[in-house]
Amino acid sequence: MLTCKQFLEELNDYLDPSIDPETKRHLEAHVCECPNCFVIVDTTVKTLRVFRGMEPQAIPEDLKNRLWAALERKMAAKKRSA
Amino acid sequence: MTSSSHPTLVDESELVSRAQAGEDEAFSELVSRYQNKIYRLAKNITQNNEDAEDVLQEAFLKAYSHLKGFQRNSRFYTWIVRIAVNEALMKLRKRRSDRTVPLDEPVETGEEAVTREIAVWDDNPEQRYSHEEMQQILDDAVEDLKPDFRTVFVLRDIEELSTEETAETLGISIPAVKSRLLRARLALREKLTRKFKRKGEDVFAHL
Repeated sequence: MLTCKQFLEELNDYLDPSIDPETKRHLEAHVCECPNCFVIVDTTVKTLRVFRGMEPQAIPEDLKNRLWAALERKMAAKKRSA
Repeated sequence: MTSSSHPTLVDESELVSRAQAGEDEAFSELVSRYQNKIYRLAKNITQNNEDAEDVLQEAFLKAYSHLKGFQRNSRFYTWIVRIAVNEALMKLRKRRSDRTVPLDEPVETGEEAVTREIAVWDDNPEQRYSHEEMQQILDDAVEDLKPDFRTVFVLRDIEELSTEETAETLGISIPAVKSRLLRARLALREKLTRKFKRKGEDVFAHL
């Protein structure tokens, strides 16, 4: 069976839904036998879930205004040169 | 011109076609659609508000200037992310110029995998914190990562670029992306576990 270190090196593959079934079974065998790695897998999945669940915050209004002012200047300059 | 979205979501590809044909409103819609994400990306990489604002502006201004040259081999979003990442990395290098570390320096492997904190989490930590508190916890965790790990994590797991797109964007190899992503994920897992672990369940921590 894999050691924990060997399993952790393959953790990304294990979490990848496109992993081939044979590799998945090979890695699964370790997770089923190893409570530590079971917890690491579970908490890594949760870590990714909380990051992916966060929608980007709206950019601050003053910053947005400056962005749009800069864009308008650029667009106006293009029109003048056309 | 306004920064508000159209009531119905127009396909990105159609907006790009119209913008490339010179329709500024279509480009504005693309900016509206991605400004929040690009700002988040810029802030995550630079870890500096002023730099992030510069990156946001520069990225969209450059995209506007070079729109006709966009070959459409990738999604517009991937293209604007790539421009923003390049701008952000330039800012980062400028700030670190007194202790220059090339982005593609070899990273340690294997021995350093961080897995000291092994404990189950409280159920649904997302519901125990306000959105702002959760955002702060995640921002702090990302900020603590080494820049080359952080950048890969941001592109792969937050902006959801593929491994190949991330490698191409950063000019590093696919194995380097994979290795850095693994270290980043494990480091973040470690940090968040300290925050979210269920009290009294630290049973494996001594191992």
